[in-house]
Amino acid sequence: MQKSKSELQTEIKKRIAVIKFWDRVFLIIGLLSTLVGLVLLFTLMADLFVNGFPRLSYKFLSSFPSRFPEEAGILSAWAGSFLVLLVTALASIPLGIAAGIYLEEYARKNWLTDIIEINIANLAGVPSIVYGLLALGLFVYFFKFGESILTGGLALALLILPMVIMATREAIRAIPNSIREASYALGATKWQTVQSHIIPYSTGGILTGVIIGLSRAIGETAPIITVGALTFIAFLPTSPFSSEFPFISFKWLFDPFTVMPIQMFNWVSRPQQEFQLNAAAAGIVLMIMTLLMNGLAIYIRYRFRRKIKW
Amino acid sequence: MVKELKAEVKKLNFYYGSLHALKEINLPIERRKVTALIGPSGCGKTTFLRCFNRMHDLYPHNRYEGEITLYPDNINIISPEIDPIEIRMQISMVFQKPNPFPKSIYENVAYGLRVRGVSKRAVLDEKVEKSLRGAALWDEVKDRLNHLAFDLSGGQQQRLCIARALATDPRILLFDEPTSALDPTATSKIEELIIQLKDEVTIIIVTHNMQQAARVSDYTAFMYLGEIVEYDKTDRIFTAPSNKLTEEYITGRFG
Repeated sequence: MQKSKSELQTEIKKRIAVIKFWDRVFLIIGLLSTLVGLVLLFTLMADLFVNGFPRLSYKFLSSFPSRFPEEAGILSAWAGSFLVLLVTALASIPLGIAAGIYLEEYARKNWLTDIIEINIANLAGVPSIVYGLLALGLFVYFFKFGESILTGGLALALLILPMVIMATREAIRAIPNSIREASYALGATKWQTVQSHIIPYSTGGILTGVIIGLSRAIGETAPIITVGALTFIAFLPTSPFSSEFPFISFKWLFDPFTVMPIQMFNWVSRPQQEFQLNAAAAGIVLMIMTLLMNGLAIYIRYRFRRKIKW
Repeated sequence: MVKELKAEVKKLNFYYGSLHALKEINLPIERRKVTALIGPSGCGKTTFLRCFNRMHDLYPHNRYEGEITLYPDNINIISPEIDPIEIRMQISMVFQKPNPFPKSIYENVAYGLRVRGVSKRAVLDEKVEKSLRGAALWDEVKDRLNHLAFDLSGGQQQRLCIARALATDPRILLFDEPTSALDPTATSKIEELIIQLKDEVTIIIVTHNMQQAARVSDYTAFMYLGEIVEYDKTDRIFTAPSNKLTEEYITGRFG
């Protein structure tokens, strides 16, 4: 028997209603999943702020750690973090960029470069403590750099090196081949092309990768503990500037140090409630540092995107 | 009128790995004339053009055989003993899609000179102006030389690329379908420009567009499957081709 037109119509409407119901179900599931992440993160940050905010003051930033929680501060911790990160940046940026440029522009594409590529991606996933062990063996025992800022910085440099290499390669790959050909067609050599096109046009992407890497490094604890950072330190490293000739000193590289996450860990593990508040306050400072670095990365990316659109 | 050759292709063969892309090509390139290469897609016109400035050397597994002699100094462009950079310094190229550098208009034109070590501001200024005038772009950009080249329209960008190629006083200027990404107005400007430029430089142009070949070129070579089927004066090719295949292509029966 033939169905009437109106019957067909209602059937279609019913099916649409069922399909739309599932549409809505998925919308709700998706929304809830997003909220779980956001709400948890927000609660964590709010908790940190409520606990730590009252402790934040200039004195907190400018004091050394102390037995008395209300006198304790994070001067040695943030100075240590800053110097370690400086070493990390100075070591990982040139190495990572040079390796990335070599792999993209110079190396022939064959099975060997494929293996190198896969291994770099794998290295980015190696647990950070393994890098700590490597640094302990290589820098502390073999090169005898000691349990120093230099060792800590180099350990973190190893850790973020794969990230810097990958960011460099991706940024370089985004440059259209027509730009390379234009440069070569004008008689430029490989190095001239790299120097005046490849590097400038990929700087935005590279810097973004470097900063994201550094903001990961600043929060790393495991490798730093492994190479023997101190947990309590009440003095600053030697100043890099001196009043006598040659005015610049590199002695600080070999000084013992602590960093922000270790200082936090130290405070959290104490029984007194007041130290917990100090840990929360240090957490806020660390988080602000990370957010500022990520913000800078986003800004740089935005600036370069506006100038260079392929 | 005495014919004068700028270059001569003799028994050129070219291979992409094991693919024999150009077969036994012989072709004279007349001095200060426009030679057009026409033919259906995949016939090897662009591959052939890119032999003249050794672009194929940028990628592995490419191999040339035969000779492209550049006159008057009788050097073989594709000889492995000759550095491709030496060739590219004398033979410029304009690509299919405008590909200016994401730098200022000025720096785009000056780049070829900078590569050659020219850094005196006065020399650069003069050359940049001369090249932009040569590419009929000077009046449009003279007040914003430090603006980004990407701010220009597509047609202007392509003329900028022509200026960039002219700045180094090339002996041959290669055009690889220079108008395929442009609208008709921009296209006719580029065509006028090509006709003007042949007073100073020898031009080889690859084009998909037969009317374009007829409008701008003095000589035309019709290519098919990696070979040159016919070469003659452009008006002869388009009015009385001697080869059946050429005639069929010209009349639009294939391609």
